[in-house]
Amino acid sequence: MVAEDPKIDHTFKKELLAAVPNLRAFAVSLSGRHHVADDLVQDTIMKAWAKQDHFEPGTNMKAWLFTILRNEFYSQMRKRGREVSDSDGIFTSQLSVHPAQYGSLDLQDFKKALDQLPSDQREAIILVGASGFAYEEAAEICGCAVGTIKSRINRARNRLQELLGVTGEGDYGPDAHSSAVTKRAFAV
Amino acid sequence: MTKRDIQLNGGAGFDNDVNTGVSAKLRHFYQSVQEEGIPDRFMSLLERLEKAEQASEHVLAVRMPTNGR
Repeated sequence: MVAEDPKIDHTFKKELLAAVPNLRAFAVSLSGRHHVADDLVQDTIMKAWAKQDHFEPGTNMKAWLFTILRNEFYSQMRKRGREVSDSDGIFTSQLSVHPAQYGSLDLQDFKKALDQLPSDQREAIILVGASGFAYEEAAEICGCAVGTIKSRINRARNRLQELLGVTGEGDYGPDAHSSAVTKRAFAV
Repeated sequence: MTKRDIQLNGGAGFDNDVNTGVSAKLRHFYQSVQEEGIPDRFMSLLERLEKAEQASEHVLAVRMPTNGR
């Protein structure tokens, strides 16, 4: 057994590992496929590990990792051309590979709708609506203005509502009561 | 990051969003992937990376006279 070297930054490894479930969810949402997503996460981990000296402790590690993964996704997409996009609904056939992952038809429908969004809109709505980033952080990750992120999210939301046939709030909420509470809480 | 963090942060980011339908679905979908946890391949990948790093630092520190081959 090798004695642990105190110089090695175990915090980095710990934080990296802790971010993996979130990174995977982002990668799956972005790429539309589990196996592509896991390869993306693996590349991200390796890149992050190699570049850990560039990471400033105390800064937002999650945003840093998401930026790496996003760059990796787009560079692979450019290399593979159209193969990565799933406009033909190829992901549907991938579903059979992971039957447990989208158990409900509801999630499958949502997945289909999400995949139909242009990738800039998709990433914007995911980063802010699900990954837990503020508009400003999402703008930094995507390398665009905050206003651009906001308008992409609006377009994404409208398109998703259209595709899913959601006419207004509450349709899919947990129940009418909590929907009303949410509406009150977030009303400006 | 816990489920609750996601909900809180997601909610905060969506401060104008009263369309709970689409955002709730998005979070539900996202969480379903998150809840799959950390696949073994990533645990072992990080262990390999860490071991490789330790080994190379060890080699540098000891200044091995030969490379063994």
